[in-house]
Amino acid sequence: MSVLELERVSYAYPGQARPALDDVSLRVAPGELVVVVGGSGSGKSTLLRAASGLVPHFHGGSFAGRVKVAGMDTRDQGPGELAAAVGTLFQDPETQVVMGTPRAELAFPLENLGEDPSAVARAVEEAALSLGIAHLLDRSSNELSGGELQRVALGAALAGQPRLLVLDEPTSQLDPVAGDELLTSLRRCNEDFDTAVLLCEHRLERCLAGADRVVALVAGRIACDAPPSEFLAWAGDHAPELQTPGARLLRGLGLAPVPGVKRARASLRDQALMPEAAPAPGPARVRSRRWGRRSPSVSALSLRGVWYEPGGGRAILRDLSLEIATGERVALMGRNGAGKSTLLRHAAGLSRPTRGRIEASGRVALLLQNPTDYLVHETVAEEASADARAAAGLDPSLASRHPRDLSGGERQRLALAIVLDVPADPPAVVCLDEPTRGMDRGHRDRLAALVRGLDAAVLVATHDPEFVAAFADRVVLLADGAVIADGTPPAILAGARYFATETARILGGAGGALTPEEGVALLLARVGHEVPA
Amino acid sequence: MSYRRRASPLHSARAAVACAYCLSLALAALVLSAPVLLGAVAIAVLAAAAGSRVASEIGRAARLAVPVALAVAAVNALLTRDGLTVIARLGNLPLLGHTDVTLEATVYGGVLGLRAAILILCGALYTVAVDPDQVLRLFRRLSFRSALTATLATRIVPVLMRDSRRFADAQRCRPGPPPGRLALMRATTASVLDRALDVAAALEVRGYGAARRPPRSRAAYSRHDIAFAVSALAVAALAVGARLGGAAPFRAYPELHAPLHAGTLVIAGALVLAAALPFIDRRGIAP
Repeated sequence: MSVLELERVSYAYPGQARPALDDVSLRVAPGELVVVVGGSGSGKSTLLRAASGLVPHFHGGSFAGRVKVAGMDTRDQGPGELAAAVGTLFQDPETQVVMGTPRAELAFPLENLGEDPSAVARAVEEAALSLGIAHLLDRSSNELSGGELQRVALGAALAGQPRLLVLDEPTSQLDPVAGDELLTSLRRCNEDFDTAVLLCEHRLERCLAGADRVVALVAGRIACDAPPSEFLAWAGDHAPELQTPGARLLRGLGLAPVPGVKRARASLRDQALMPEAAPAPGPARVRSRRWGRRSPSVSALSLRGVWYEPGGGRAILRDLSLEIATGERVALMGRNGAGKSTLLRHAAGLSRPTRGRIEASGRVALLLQNPTDYLVHETVAEEASADARAAAGLDPSLASRHPRDLSGGERQRLALAIVLDVPADPPAVVCLDEPTRGMDRGHRDRLAALVRGLDAAVLVATHDPEFVAAFADRVVLLADGAVIADGTPPAILAGARYFATETARILGGAGGALTPEEGVALLLARVGHEVPA
Repeated sequence: MSYRRRASPLHSARAAVACAYCLSLALAALVLSAPVLLGAVAIAVLAAAAGSRVASEIGRAARLAVPVALAVAAVNALLTRDGLTVIARLGNLPLLGHTDVTLEATVYGGVLGLRAAILILCGALYTVAVDPDQVLRLFRRLSFRSALTATLATRIVPVLMRDSRRFADAQRCRPGPPPGRLALMRATTASVLDRALDVAAALEVRGYGAARRPPRSRAAYSRHDIAFAVSALAVAALAVGARLGGAAPFRAYPELHAPLHAGTLVIAGALVLAAALPFIDRRGIAP
């Protein structure tokens, strides 16, 4: 018996003529891990909300067809009743944890079901232990990081031992480390407890290897429903933006795409294409103001001996020196708390250093992590001039739309247009803070092209090595507020264990190849083939 | 200032008991007037803060409480016309007219100010030492939705404050003239409504819509539950007993009457001891 069954479901949100779901039929068996993919507005989130009963009970709108969750018909049972069988996790960790402590949060859904206190206590304990959050149980929710909050929310979704877990881009607001931890926890729950999982996730390269099936949605309809390898083959022909970097690499070599780094390596070995392991990366070179610093011809931004030591806290920037030349595109990488965002805030003048000097050759534009915070007007046209919108790559037809109705990628471009929009005073430096968080590959590629086309120097704080490989000509690695490595993308990313692209991981850093195209060129050159156009 | 579980006996006590303990100290401040006894209650509150490892938080609250106490004392001294012992003749002052400051009004103002400061400190102790989720769970059996609304408010207000700081930073990054107040207010409201919608959806999928009345919890009483319950009863009994028995007479007007009996000192000492003793037992307090 299926744990989730959609039968010819069509649904349109209130006031919308175009259906968000159009004649969708789908079955999910117990213990299956199904990944739902698709572009912006393809109906992924709506499908997941239909499975949790929020569509149509919470959102309203017109609904046709039938959805059954663990035998319950969502026409008859609302999300409250369905909560006994389906656990749901959304994107934003801040608004999903509603109680003051994780212990209360994990207990909340069980108390709503009227469970006995001893059963609640036991379920809380088991959920906390299985997700590795037992040490957080009595902390204040307001003290937890985004990753910790999201794991607590996952614990709350799992505490009632649901038969189906529905997750809508649960890692999109998290840094890659926290995202990986969450996906690992999820996979364990799926394997250990036979919980069926319906997962919508933009970092396909991280979750396809553990998936049983992939469902691709296009304009509200199921365009592909197949195992991961078959899906990747389909994506190569019909939806290239859904391919993982590994799949693009294999496809470029004429091989059948497979999910996961390990299987991609095996596939290359089978074809005797796998290069010898690259030598281990040497000690990271640090270019500081004292020795070996590159000397840009014209400096757009200069930080010299900058310290930031907030009162009552640890030093966030420590004697940091950095020169960025006009037109240079620099990626700033490092784990959470390394000082990346703080550096950008200092460059833009939002914070002042406690010691050291910061000089810029002109205005410094800063785009913070949440583009929605920049949007205050009623129409897109009021937010930024037509020229600025065009320069940011925003479709002119969006001019009359409300800014909050735009997709995430469109909001990002509109916010970028806002910070660039002073024709008399174009920025000398453009700083972007985690601009690809929650973005699918199509939007990420368009943003990379946009960044490459800017005249100003660009400084981007990011965790996303694929994005770095696409736009940067220099990578600065921060740790504990200081520069620990500074060099070209291949020098920093190819031999790295963590800050590496999927292509670099598959090839073991060979030849400094970071993108699938570079990987294909490298491997074909090794076997004496022509590089395909 | 917010609750965080610490390794202290008060944090280890159940919320109902910890709440009763804070209330007993507040009750003592309300029913007692003798400066010596009020001083003892203040010492008891500070001792409880130190024993609960929240001295720095209570210190921050004291930065608000002390100016409030001084203001109350000053206003009472300047406005009250009672009292026979004039200690300062200020002559005709604007708005106040002829003003003589009396010893009685000054002392009584000090008593009122001290009482206000103790109440603020008791509130601060409650805030940092009593688990709000447990308190709200106590009320959920009476009014589930009201209690949940209060919980959400305590959880979401800091989130909205972080949102507002982020929003302000983004507006500082906008080049050109700043947007009008109306536009900002509209955007802020839209952002808050977005948050509210997300929270409502999260509540729905956690089963809030079909919630039943939670069953009564019957957890065993710990040593700290018992110790603080006894302490709260003792403090309340001492305060009410001293008040009803006239053990600590105090009269401010028309002439100051505050005799210092041995009995008053004994009650003061007993108050401090009763409030502080539960902190001696530090077994099983780790979070």
